[in-house]
Amino acid sequence: MTRLTFFAHDGARFDVDAENGSTVMENAIRNAVPGIEAECGGACACATCHVYVDDEWTAEAGEPSPMEEDMLDFAYDVRPTSRLSCQIKVRDELDGLVVRVPERQG
Amino acid sequence: MADIVRTDVVIIGAGPIGLFAVFELGLLDMKCHLIDILDRPGGQCTELYPEKPIYDIPALPSVSAQGLVDRLMEQIAPFDPKFTFNRMATGLERLGDGSFRVTTDENEVFEAKVVVIAAGGGSFQPKRPPIPGIEAFEGKSVFYSVRRMEEFRGHDLVIVGGGDSALDWTLNLQPIARRVTLVHRRPEFRASPDSVNKMFALHERNELDFRVGQVTRLSGTSGMLDSATVKGPQGDAEIPCTRMLPFFGLTMKLGPIAEWGVELHENLIPVDTEKFATSVPGIFAVGDINWYPGKLKLILSGFHEVALMAQAAKHVVSPGERIVFQYTTSSTSLQKKLGVA
Repeated sequence: MTRLTFFAHDGARFDVDAENGSTVMENAIRNAVPGIEAECGGACACATCHVYVDDEWTAEAGEPSPMEEDMLDFAYDVRPTSRLSCQIKVRDELDGLVVRVPERQG
Repeated sequence: MADIVRTDVVIIGAGPIGLFAVFELGLLDMKCHLIDILDRPGGQCTELYPEKPIYDIPALPSVSAQGLVDRLMEQIAPFDPKFTFNRMATGLERLGDGSFRVTTDENEVFEAKVVVIAAGGGSFQPKRPPIPGIEAFEGKSVFYSVRRMEEFRGHDLVIVGGGDSALDWTLNLQPIARRVTLVHRRPEFRASPDSVNKMFALHERNELDFRVGQVTRLSGTSGMLDSATVKGPQGDAEIPCTRMLPFFGLTMKLGPIAEWGVELHENLIPVDTEKFATSVPGIFAVGDINWYPGKLKLILSGFHEVALMAQAAKHVVSPGERIVFQYTTSSTSLQKKLGVA
């Protein structure tokens, strides 16, 4: 199990034990983290699971793929640390990952 | 009034479930006309994820979403379904004889004894960009599509987005507008490389502006734009403009169906699980848009729903006629309908 921490936009904290191989988005949905909509169900076909990865985790979480970058065009207030949470797969190295939910999805 | 198209069943939505409904209704001799807001069949499958493999269609271990739609189109071809694309079904009224009149946003008129709502997550509509207060400018100086290019003549136009729509309209309106500014979050585009090259060439010749950034604020009065604030890598810039065209993709909204008098529950249509009938006799709802205890939003569930719905629809279209249950493997009459016997 890998520990993930979500901060909702209002500051509410969600600590979640995630299975490796699942996506960060799936864990947000399963634990009802507010602000993650995931309209397309994880197909990288919308931009409603947008999160900001905390600075100390951006290197480990990696850069968005070109397809993900394309989708981020539709997101609100995109920053250098923006990712679509359906495109981050949970693995041991991400134990302790912190992501923050933006003010709104696109 | 425009010519009225008369058919047995009008299907709202040409996604996979609407398409398969044609098959099940067709086996029972009902003719179908499908209306969809997109420009081709397939709904979410073709619009959102055409190349993604689907793994839970029985007997197809893996099929791309587009592949599934292509096969459905092949499967229903013998029933010669009619399609009206690029239209939103806006109006529905019940006529004196109990049949329904469906109208579109372009005033086409359809009449049928049965209406099947297979509208999935709702109709695809342009996504409103996340700019505070944009609503006040919509339809006056902010538009999500170009109906007539002339409306942009002589204007300072800001186009926002990085896809083909944004690039195509940048190139098409550049000669007409007073000045075009294209705003995109990054210098890479998801548009045809040819359009991107043309845009950069015009930019080099100072015949249009291209800015990297996100529009964060609009100013103007009574719905008429004066300027847009673009937050870029070098800070904020205020761009004078009188028209804006944002292209932020599509989102799904229930739309006018909500006004049709069919009972709704949290933007879904409650149905029974025997006939998939809505609260209005003669109107059925199948696929992602319906709700019943245990509902799963799966294509496979939608396929099952249309088979049962078709039986019930037959009783509305041909009251009193006995339905003989038959298999396509053995029934010569079904095989004739399919063009294989």
